[in-house]
Amino acid sequence: MLIFMVRRFGTMVLTMVVVSLLLFLLLEINIGSVAIKVLGPYSSEEQRNIWLEANGYFEPFYIRYFSWLGNFITGDFGDSIRFKVPVGEILWPRLANTGILGLATMLVVIPLSLVLGVLAGMKEGSNLDRGISVGSIVTTSIPEFASAPLLSAIFVFYLDWLPGTSSMASGFSLVQLVLPAMVLVLYDFGYVTRMTRASMAEVMMTHYIRTAVLKGLPYKTVITRHALRNALIAPFTVIMLQINWLLSGVIVVEFFFAYKGFGALLLEASLTKDIFMIEACAMVAVFVAVATQTIADVGYTYLNPRIRFA
Amino acid sequence: MNTKADYDGPILECRNLSISYFTRAGEIPAVVDFNLTLEQGGSVGLVGESGCGKSTVAMAIMQYMGSNGGIVGGQVIYKGRDLATCSEEELRQLRGNEISMVYQEPMASLNPSITLGKQLMEVPLCHENISEKEAYGRAVQILADVNLPDPERVMASYPHQISGGQQQRVVIAMALLSNPSLLLLDEPTTALDVTVEAGIVELIGDIAKKFNTSMVYISHNLGLILATCDRVNVMYSGVVVENGSVDEVFDHMRHPYTKGLFSCIPLPGTDKMAHPLVPIRGQLPLPHERPPGCYFGPRCDFFQEGRCDKAGERGTIDMRDVDDRPGHVVRCERWNEIDWENYRPEGVTSYPLQAGEEVLSIDNMRKYYELNDNSIAAMISGKRVRYVKANERISFNAHEGETIAIVGESGCGKSTFAKVLMGLETATDGDVVFNGKDVSELPVQQRSPEQVGSMQMVFQNPFDTLNPSHAVGSQLARVIKKFGVESDKHKIEQRVMELLDLVKLPRDFARRRPRQLSGGQKQRVGIARAFAGNPAMVVADEPVSALDVSVQAAITGLLMDIQHTYRTTLLFISHDLSLVRYLADRVVVMYLGQIMEQGTTDEVFAPPYHPYTEALLSAVPIADTSIKKKRIILEGNLPSVMSPPKGCPFNTRCPRKIGSICETEVPPFVEAGPGHVIMCHIPMEELKSVEPVIVQVDKDRPAAE
Amino acid sequence: MTDIAAGVQRRESRIVRTLKGLALIRESVVGMIGLALVLFWVAMAAFANQIAPFPPNATLYPLAAPGEFVEGMGTFWLGTDHIGRDILSRIIHGSRQVLLYAPLATLCAYLVGIPMGLAAGYRRGATDGVLSFISNVILSFPVLVLYIIIIATIGASGANIVVAVTFASAPGIFRIVRGLVLDLRNREYVFAAETRGETPWRIMLVEILPNARGPLIVDACLRLGYVIITIGVLGFLGLGLPPPDPDWGGMINETRQMAMSFPHMTVFPGIAISSLVLGFNLLADGLREVSLRD
Ligand SMILES: Nc1ncnc2c1ncn2[C@@H]1O[C@H](COP(=O)(O)OP(=O)(O)OP(=O)(O)O)[C@@H](O)[C@H]1O
Ligand code: SF4
Ligand code: SF4
Ligand SMILES: [Mg+2]
Repeated sequence: MLIFMVRRFGTMVLTMVVVSLLLFLLLEINIGSVAIKVLGPYSSEEQRNIWLEANGYFEPFYIRYFSWLGNFITGDFGDSIRFKVPVGEILWPRLANTGILGLATMLVVIPLSLVLGVLAGMKEGSNLDRGISVGSIVTTSIPEFASAPLLSAIFVFYLDWLPGTSSMASGFSLVQLVLPAMVLVLYDFGYVTRMTRASMAEVMMTHYIRTAVLKGLPYKTVITRHALRNALIAPFTVIMLQINWLLSGVIVVEFFFAYKGFGALLLEASLTKDIFMIEACAMVAVFVAVATQTIADVGYTYLNPRIRFA
Repeated sequence: MNTKADYDGPILECRNLSISYFTRAGEIPAVVDFNLTLEQGGSVGLVGESGCGKSTVAMAIMQYMGSNGGIVGGQVIYKGRDLATCSEEELRQLRGNEISMVYQEPMASLNPSITLGKQLMEVPLCHENISEKEAYGRAVQILADVNLPDPERVMASYPHQISGGQQQRVVIAMALLSNPSLLLLDEPTTALDVTVEAGIVELIGDIAKKFNTSMVYISHNLGLILATCDRVNVMYSGVVVENGSVDEVFDHMRHPYTKGLFSCIPLPGTDKMAHPLVPIRGQLPLPHERPPGCYFGPRCDFFQEGRCDKAGERGTIDMRDVDDRPGHVVRCERWNEIDWENYRPEGVTSYPLQAGEEVLSIDNMRKYYELNDNSIAAMISGKRVRYVKANERISFNAHEGETIAIVGESGCGKSTFAKVLMGLETATDGDVVFNGKDVSELPVQQRSPEQVGSMQMVFQNPFDTLNPSHAVGSQLARVIKKFGVESDKHKIEQRVMELLDLVKLPRDFARRRPRQLSGGQKQRVGIARAFAGNPAMVVADEPVSALDVSVQAAITGLLMDIQHTYRTTLLFISHDLSLVRYLADRVVVMYLGQIMEQGTTDEVFAPPYHPYTEALLSAVPIADTSIKKKRIILEGNLPSVMSPPKGCPFNTRCPRKIGSICETEVPPFVEAGPGHVIMCHIPMEELKSVEPVIVQVDKDRPAAE
Repeated sequence: MTDIAAGVQRRESRIVRTLKGLALIRESVVGMIGLALVLFWVAMAAFANQIAPFPPNATLYPLAAPGEFVEGMGTFWLGTDHIGRDILSRIIHGSRQVLLYAPLATLCAYLVGIPMGLAAGYRRGATDGVLSFISNVILSFPVLVLYIIIIATIGASGANIVVAVTFASAPGIFRIVRGLVLDLRNREYVFAAETRGETPWRIMLVEILPNARGPLIVDACLRLGYVIITIGVLGFLGLGLPPPDPDWGGMINETRQMAMSFPHMTVFPGIAISSLVLGFNLLADGLREVSLRD
């Protein structure tokens, strides 16, 4: 276990280094434009050069990279160019907000899609299965940026039940969380549902389910004791990886609803070439990706006795 | 549960049962007009080739037909009750309690994520009103009854932690837990090695006696039916063609298909010249392409127009009673007209050996694999590199025109050996001299086209051997071009046609896709491909084991004919000792990567035997009532090649083990005669005095004609 | 028959065969609906000039409601946007952008991902290690963020979108191909090719790749849908094709401030893109269903 964790940690560090280096390289293209973003389009060439000079942009690329890397390791993420404060000050609260949004979404997605997926996969080809399958294809076909305006139109414009923005300007408010979470759930549950269905349907076809039925076990026991246990291994992995996926949707949703979260921050940072902010966000993203992957793998091993006791 | 005792009619009756599957292509009549009566304590066999509907019958008895199957006619009557009238709940009460089943693939039939103990205890807990503790006791007891050592440990294990043979014992134990009246066994040993199979078959026999259970035993192997049943139904393409007591059917068969089936299976006991293999021509019809009248018509030598192609009221020929033999019925119009005495079909020719000069010489070859275990479990435990000794101390040679059989059970290193020869792997140590050059460390890419072309391979799985994306002709053409046999387009095409002729396939098959060919036809193309480069040596890795029995003999014959014509050296890898007896000049017996015994076929099949050869021979099921075998049942499991036993590799299972020397010292190679080598500590004198395993007993009537 | 004729005939039959395989889709209702949706949009894109009632970029009459008839101009079936452009015409013309760049980008991604997957799956060992690490690095990063950073840096243009999509999707394709190859490489016909000394690339391209086409076609449909969404998202975030040419995501972006008061401006482009994506998803589902049958 220890070796495994150490290896995973090594992979994570290596991935982080590669990603950060790549980002630095990518942002290196057209680096001078950072000054324009900061000083505005009407600044003079001279002003920009002074700014670039002062902020060390004329130093060779690798020096800047390594000084960032050194600082990063010691916990100093640098200053945001746009907000002109240390990155951490902005990043952590934003991350917390997104965490809340993500948690709310997952709390709905996981039970919903597991139940639907199991129901559909239990009797492959039944009307219930067809309905759930087609339904989940339809919802996954509606991108967040299409469903967000649609749902706003319904719940804000016509019904006037929910607020149209979720900036949480006057403190945290649960109602403001509903629409963004709803949009995310709508897009995301279909995928997990379909994976659960596929896994369940596959299990139902196996010989050991036939054995269980022909042992004379009641149908309910067959499902709960023999099928579910095996059928839920695959969705567990899918859900873990889905957390990583959620981030893309989060960007769109936060942008649309003006929710002050990590996604919106990342978007702004990218658009303004706020390099330290981008790097910090990217490191968080990589960390989340590798962490969920690790949990998925460990969980898979744990759930699957064939691997556990190999 | 008092119904179990107080009923004394037949346990099971099937009356005119017809079963169909409904697919997009329409109704597929899988089984037509099936009749069966099973008395209490009786055992009836269903035998037939793949797809003839055996499993379908078993599932119909269980009333478990899946989503697209259904009983379209007739009845299944269990203890006087028509099962079709039972409710789902009543069926549930019967299943696992009164009727239980054992399946073909034990690993697949056990739930991988529940311990065996829980899976076993479920049965009594759900059918009887007993406590967990009692259920546990019962499960332990039954595991002991099926001869599993250390039942407590088995109870706590997951299925993958025990071997295939043990898994099947657990499945059998599970089926017996509620002391059922009827046990259905669907090919219970097909997935197992032959020495393990022998143990299971013995167990099944004991059970029938001990528990007085009635059995339906399904198998494609006539020999196993002989060992386990008292009545037999021979099935062909969805219908029973002959039914009678085992002795009747085995010794006085009436149906041309039954006759054909018996003549095309090799029997290891008899002299190969006395009982030639006779292939059945043609191939099995698909269920929706059955001919009118007799389904066997197109393959039958006695087909008579106007009679055999006329269907009775059930869609095929009606069953006839064999007049003077009560209980023997046969589905043939001409059953009493055929003159079997003067029927002399053309058999597979066996050729006497005329070995030429040495083609292949292998000296002390070793192949070790270094396994990098990348699974997380291995990473967690930190054990990542393991060595697998796939081949150890392999030495033998082969001559022009000679057939050498390499025999052994799964995992004994046969396929690794083939890979080393072909250059897909390189040997770890030792020499492999082919046509005068050492190729042991020459991967195939570094061999000359001529070297490559002169050693080719026929593969095992017909469904895998041809690339489904390319036409048959273009696959053959590619080989011809690659080996530089021809380069001109016309000539290549010409050569493709010749090859198709050689394997007796119509020339227009060149345009066909592999999907459009039957298994046997694909295997013929595979043979054509191997012979495209005029090879000096062909390695055939279980070339017929995946084929239908009735097709096997034809393919075997073809392979031998071609080999004889071209004087090719044939290395025939097989687990089937009966077949080997027919076609091999010399036999090499392998166990756990090492050669246990080698010699001419006659030497290997007669004493002195290596103890493993002896056990192997005794395990082969033989479909001949006139043959008596010595019974040797091997204990224990096949050890893993990852951790082979020290000393003699066979010492963990050897019934003749002589003491600790077997566990500590690797036995020497002892010559029993020139070229007949046995690797064992037992003194040669003692080995020579062993009784033969297979003996022909003189019955008052002649053995199966 | 001459050789050339024989060759031609063989080639024809291969194309016909693949098409015949694909034509099985008519046995799946779901697949047919998907195909119809896709073909509908292809027709829209092909005949945009003929079908669209107005020029897409003309400012005609601001804030018309859907179905509103304006004297001297005609009916704005889906209404107009805040600066008076006809939404229906913009949607119809917008399909051209999507149906040009999405397939192009997907194709490029396959051209990169397939050889990588073949090499990694067939050769395994170090090749696999390096390629897998690269793709894991890319995949461990949320794709959209990757797009945003790439596009924000190199600028928005059709070509850049293709580059970004290729870069971000090739690793996913790599994984799928690799998995398929790991399975197919153990088939006996591959051993047969090896034992006759074929070169690795020939084995990968001629022996293995054609047998992976079924799952890859299904994957391509799903991926097309996803690429369409991605292009839409970029447009929605203001990183899409430069205005004024219509682009569905961009249309939503331009009018999202008004989404609450004039829902039609955002809802109709949303429906357009959803229906096209749905078409590809249903098509993929149908294809998978028929391919599993036999
Ligand atoms: N679910 C199904 N749908 C359609 N056809 C089926 C189905 N199951 C079996 N069949 C067909 O029914 C026929 C009989 O099949 P069955 O499995 O009973 O044969 P079998 O004798 O048990 O063969 P084997 O020796 O291979 O186990 C075959 O032609 C098979 O293709
Ligand atoms: S009925 Fe005719 S064709 Fe059928 S087995 Fe008998 S003789 Fe042969
Ligand atoms: S050496 Fe010993 S264990 Fe091995 S076969 Fe001979 S007697 Fe048996
Ligand atoms: Mg079967």
